[in-house]
Amino acid sequence: MTDKIIIESGRAEKNYWRDLWRYRELFYILSWRDIKVKYKQTVLGVLWVILRPLLTMIIFTFVFGRIANMDMHSAVPYSIIVFGGLLPWQFFSNALTECSNSLIGNERLITKVYFPRLIIPASSVITSFIDFLISLLILIILFFFYRYTPPWQILLMPIFWILVFFASFGPGLYLTALNVKYRDFRYIIPFIVQFGLFISPVGYMTSKIPSKWIWVYSLNPMVGVIDCFRWCIVKGAPNPFLNYPFYISMGVIIFFLVLSVYQFRKMEKNFADLI
Amino acid sequence: MDDTIIKVEGLGKKYLIDHEREGGYTALRDVISSRAKRIFGEKRATLSTKEEFWAIKDLDFEIKRGEAVGIIGKNGAGKSTLLKVLSRITEPTLGRIELNGRVASLLEVGTGFHPELTGRENVFLNGAILGMGRSEIRRKFDEIVDFSGVERFLDTPVKRYSSGMYVRLAFAVAAFLEPEILIVDEVLAVGDAEFQKKCLGKMQQVSRGEGRTVLFVSHNMAAVKSLCSTGIVLKNGRMDFYGSNYEAVQHYQNHNQSNTSFHHEGEVNLAPGNASIRILQMDVVPQEGEILSMNSGVEFRLKVFNSLVDRNLDVTFEVANNDDIIIFHQGVILTSGGNSKIGVYEVSCVLPKLFLNAGSYNIKLIFGENQRYLIYEVSSFLSFEIVQESAGSNSSRLPGVTFPELSFKVITP
Repeated sequence: MTDKIIIESGRAEKNYWRDLWRYRELFYILSWRDIKVKYKQTVLGVLWVILRPLLTMIIFTFVFGRIANMDMHSAVPYSIIVFGGLLPWQFFSNALTECSNSLIGNERLITKVYFPRLIIPASSVITSFIDFLISLLILIILFFFYRYTPPWQILLMPIFWILVFFASFGPGLYLTALNVKYRDFRYIIPFIVQFGLFISPVGYMTSKIPSKWIWVYSLNPMVGVIDCFRWCIVKGAPNPFLNYPFYISMGVIIFFLVLSVYQFRKMEKNFADLI
Repeated sequence: MDDTIIKVEGLGKKYLIDHEREGGYTALRDVISSRAKRIFGEKRATLSTKEEFWAIKDLDFEIKRGEAVGIIGKNGAGKSTLLKVLSRITEPTLGRIELNGRVASLLEVGTGFHPELTGRENVFLNGAILGMGRSEIRRKFDEIVDFSGVERFLDTPVKRYSSGMYVRLAFAVAAFLEPEILIVDEVLAVGDAEFQKKCLGKMQQVSRGEGRTVLFVSHNMAAVKSLCSTGIVLKNGRMDFYGSNYEAVQHYQNHNQSNTSFHHEGEVNLAPGNASIRILQMDVVPQEGEILSMNSGVEFRLKVFNSLVDRNLDVTFEVANNDDIIIFHQGVILTSGGNSKIGVYEVSCVLPKLFLNAGSYNIKLIFGENQRYLIYEVSSFLSFEIVQESAGSNSSRLPGVTFPELSFKVITP
């Protein structure tokens, strides 16, 4: 059997998704490369994956809990509440940053070889996702440290891992495509990440937001995601599925994902000429 | 079964050359400001002055299964663009291509090689990027390593490799690809002579022994003649000639010699070169008289724009004849005290009369640092023809690469 490929200007390639499948090993190999390279020549190596969120969590617990007095003195240790938000947030911010720089960082590949370009940003999100999975270990350590038994919902957590993956992939994909053409986004992204931390319920619970404004607040896709993670970890946290803000966040996530894939496919053909 | 494996119809690729922007990419600021200007009624607020440039145009050809096609042409004739369009790296502006098979392209050796990773890791990485599966690489791994000859350094990061080892390993991975169509850019120009021969042999085996279709771009006419069955000559983006390999090489050599002058017009950062060095001007002129002949002497005049500060720069001229025999490879140091400055450097190089024999010659330019590190090189940058001088009664060209003035002494009985 021979594969017939037709190349024409403006032709939406029918075999794009088939190619994506054919090159599926590239997802794995590019993420593997990024992980390998990231921790080469570091003394602590993969330990950094654990150390970074751990240190942030300690700072957060101190600043928000003690100084800003956000600690509600509930039955659940404040560190665990913070960590329930910090885990998905750190994944989101890492994935967004890595993803948006992924195409520029792989310029050589783009100008010299063909493969579906979608693989590059996707594998950079996979790389961050693996870091995220490793940092989940801290959560287990925290449970033991506080002798804390999580609620049964913790078993549902893997579903929300997938959710946070797509919540990060959507905007990341859009930003990386724009970054090829307008390098300004290199400077905009750190700002989005910094600002986003404050408009997401990381150091506090969503319940702190006045209910009048909750629908605006939920336009931030990470609000729904973090609420889900909290629900899995924190006893007595509200079930996100019962409240409408969750569905607003979900809508935004899906909207971004569809828009990004569409936009990426449109811009993809010119990457080699623009980069 | 249809025997045509590649069918190209009316293919064209247009680029817009931007005369205003500097960094090579659009800044959002420019887009915003130009939109704003338009809103506020400035009629002539265009982003920049753009010029259309057809890198390739109106190409039509068909390639049969198992054919090895050499693509030849001067720098800028559109060879690389054609390969990029065929390998789906960039989209054509016009026309249509039909490919009846899996394509693998090798536009650069070691695409995706990561300096921090070991040789072994890079084989897997590079193989996957070129479209091989992990199991396929594992199966061929020993053969690849064997072909490359770097077994001993497999677990060393490739950043510690010599450039020769790097190239050998990279080519070895590509050599074991099994596509129906293999597209190869001038990757054989690297590596030592022995390895080049090995690569050519491998490619010959791929095209003749295994019946795959090979598209091959080269400045090396000898390689085109020995490897390819057909040749395409490109000139200014259009098809200049299409025929058998010998005819194509002949055609190219007859029509594209005497390219003795290059003057860049327009912005410096569009001149050939890279961010460090740009070639502004080069001329090959006779020292005496009007034409380049064996008796005229030859002078190369080169003008470059240098952007590297406080370095030791050098430039090497490599002149080869039509059989790709290098006549000389000699350079001159531009700055030695680590004090290079930004600006235009001019170099002149004189070849004495009665040195080169009649024939056609190619000049390769190599810019280096500390006589060791490559900054930029360009093959066949210019070419020139030395005309036969009638020497006595014999007016045909005498054999020999050079035609030096010798002093003879004859003792008669």
